[in-house]
Amino acid sequence: MGIRYFVNINMNTFYFIAFLSIFFSILVITAKNPVHSILYLVLTFFTFTVHYILLNAQFLAVVNFIVYMGAILVLFLYTLMLINLNKDSEPVKSNMVKIAAVLGGGCLLVVLVGCLKQVGVADPVLLKDPGLGLVQNLGKVLFNEFLLPFEISSLLLLSAMVGAVLLATKDPKPKSV
Amino acid sequence: MESLTNTIKSVPLNHYILLCSIIFSIGVMGVLLRRNAIIIFMSIELMLNSVNLLLTAFSVYHGDASGQVFVFFVMALAAAEVAVGLAIIVMIYRNTNSVDTNVLNRLKW
Repeated sequence: MGIRYFVNINMNTFYFIAFLSIFFSILVITAKNPVHSILYLVLTFFTFTVHYILLNAQFLAVVNFIVYMGAILVLFLYTLMLINLNKDSEPVKSNMVKIAAVLGGGCLLVVLVGCLKQVGVADPVLLKDPGLGLVQNLGKVLFNEFLLPFEISSLLLLSAMVGAVLLATKDPKPKSV
Repeated sequence: MESLTNTIKSVPLNHYILLCSIIFSIGVMGVLLRRNAIIIFMSIELMLNSVNLLLTAFSVYHGDASGQVFVFFVMALAAAEVAVGLAIIVMIYRNTNSVDTNVLNRLKW
């Protein structure tokens, strides 16, 4: 009976966290100030981390926490600090365009949900192998089957770093043609 | 940890798909609604993350670890994309003094 109670609590936890992720992601796209928008995005990613923990994907939870919340969003904040936006720098779109945008996104959602209704399978997500998302298991898969993509991704990161430095540095002197 | 693995027994897969499609659509709406280039970029991150969560849910559902490895690659790709994209945004700001996407209408017919 104790386990049953616990399961119910955690099922409700999923729906609560799902509600929070939807709520914060709506706030991300509606906040006027870009800094608030980024802070709401941090909260959204935190709810995603909780989702990963509920799915017992511990490695992904840690990576999401460190890489997304720690690195990528700090990068966003620094860029915002560098370009020093004023509050009124973003001109408001006309209501027509706003309604069209919401309608477009809503149509996409309706199509996706309609496809989901056609499938009509509602099996519960059941963790068959408790060690599935642990570092040990994922490391074995990563370094056996996916060794070549792993090495290539290092090349990708290196080229991205070189490209970012190249793009962001100023030309020392204007080129004369 | 044993108790934690039992926790998600009663959440159907459909609800994960529903949650991820809602967040993906919010990301699409953000791209269409806003004109600030940085917020458009953040909406793209939102879409990437919703797909990541769905990949993880399917990976757990099928008991196959490849899905989670794929999410790891998507995260590496997103890091590279953010670095290059933000450099481009800084470049745009330096040249036009704004990050409004409507300023960049040179290719508009």
